[in-house]
Formats: sequence, structure tokens, C-alpha cells
Amino acid sequence: MVYLTRKIEFSASHLYHNPAFSAEENRRVFGKCNNPHGHGHNYVLEVTVAGEPDPATGMVLDLKELKEILQREVTDRMDHRFLNYEVPELAGQIPTCENIAAVIWRLLEPKITRGHLNRVRLYETPDLFVDCYGEGNGAGARLPAGGGR
Amino acid sequence: MKLQLSRRYRFSASHRLHSAKLGEEENRRVYGKCNNPYGHGHNYVVEVAVSGPVDQATGMIANLAELDTFVESEVIEPFDHKYLNEEIAEFRKSVPTTENICIEIFNRLRRFPRATLERVRVEETGLNSFEYSGETAGETHER
Repeated sequence: MVYLTRKIEFSASHLYHNPAFSAEENRRVFGKCNNPHGHGHNYVLEVTVAGEPDPATGMVLDLKELKEILQREVTDRMDHRFLNYEVPELAGQIPTCENIAAVIWRLLEPKITRGHLNRVRLYETPDLFVDCYGEGNGAGARLPAGGGR
Repeated sequence: MKLQLSRRYRFSASHRLHSAKLGEEENRRVYGKCNNPYGHGHNYVVEVAVSGPVDQATGMIANLAELDTFVESEVIEPFDHKYLNEEIAEFRKSVPTTENICIEIFNRLRRFPRATLERVRVEETGLNSFEYSGETAGETHER
């Protein structure tokens, strides 16, 4: 098995606000991220595809094809957008790094037809990132029985 | 689908690699420059990965402010600008190699109550790093 990773960047704004919380609770839970005017990040996305190289081409998948998929599914949807209002896949969700990574996984997974999507890593800043794996990939398999919070 | 959240933290500290189980000559041979009796220091980077269900109300695996506070009190405050051999109790018994630092940090952070600790990765310099996921006994190894 060979793992191929391609990286892209996109810039977008967001804010964290749960309408079910009071204004005070939103500020307490989300802190600066609750600023109603929003704020932005330069997101870095690393997409890893696993597969065996095709003997005829030596490629797991054509990088050009992957580049086009990432452009269409991620950049065109999210680059220079306000994620809360302009990305329908995030409607009703808080656009945290966790939720954005999960949306990107669901967008890309059916489009990768040579090899299979192994990991989506989304950096919100160089010091904060989320890894998203499919079931059965091993990593992240130990979810706590009692819930996170 | 499984999600892991990772966060990077920094501390600067000094250490000396010297094993009480080895002779002076062997310590010098094994640890080289790192055996300098006066110690030396690094800017360490600690990458902490946690997992757990994403809370529907907040969209988060763990609230970063809570993770930051926990890592700050358990690791950064006790380790930053310290001489690890003397000022961290564990390293009075074991050699503060980055392997052992990684294990000690994992053991301190596994008590984080809001999510499951998956992995601790420690960069001693930009050129070497160590990862520990707690598969083994979780004891630091004496040298």
C-alpha cells in the first residue's frame, strides 16, 4: 500500500454560535470565536489517498485528477467564503475544524475512485488540526464509551 | 468516520543525559555531547492528539480552552524553563531523553477528563521527534 498526500490551502471566515445557547453561554463556551462579525483563517488541507500503484502508470491515482476533485469539492465551495452562511453542507452545524474536516471527508470519499481516501487532515492554524479517518483505518478507533464532555 | 483533534504547545527546558547504571566513560560514549555535566537545552514542541464524539451543541471534540488549561497546568507550567533532571520528579529516576519525556507527558495528559488521549508527539528539535500512544505499560524506561 502506498499513501499519497496532496495539500491545498483555502481562506475562509466563520463564527461559533449556537442559537440554543443564551448570549452569555455562547460567549462562555466559544470565547473570541463567538464574535458576531466572524473572523477568518488560512486553512491548510492535506488529503491522503491509499492504494497500489497502477503497473501501467506507476500512479495510485492521477494527481491532476485529485487536484481537480479538490478544486471542485473544496476550493470552489469554501475558499473566500463565510462558512456559516455560504456552505450548505455546514448548515445547522458549528463550523469547527472537526465539523469542516468531516464535511470534507464526506465530499471527497465518494469522488476518490482509484485507491481510497485514507485521511483528511485540516489545519485551522499551524498549531491546531483535525485528522479524519474512515471506519476501520485504525487511528482514532478508541472512542470513549461515556461521551466526551 | 473517526476524528482526532491535535494541538501544538511549546516549552523550553534543559536536561543532561546521564545514566546512573553506566560508568563515566560509557555515559560519554553513549550520550556524547548530551552527557555534558552542565546540561544543555532545547525548545520542545508537544503535539497532543485527542479523540471523542463531536458534541452536537458545540461542534467540538473538546473545548480548546479546557485542553489548553489542562496542558498548561500539567506540562507547560512544570516543564517550561526548568532543569528536567532535577525539577521533574520522574527524571530523578529515569533519563530525560525525549522518549521518556514523551511517555511522562502522555501519562500526565491521559487524565484529561473531556476526551480520550490518542497520542503525544514531542519534537526535541526541528529534526527529531518522538511519538507515544500508550500501547505499552506506560512506564518510563529506566536506563
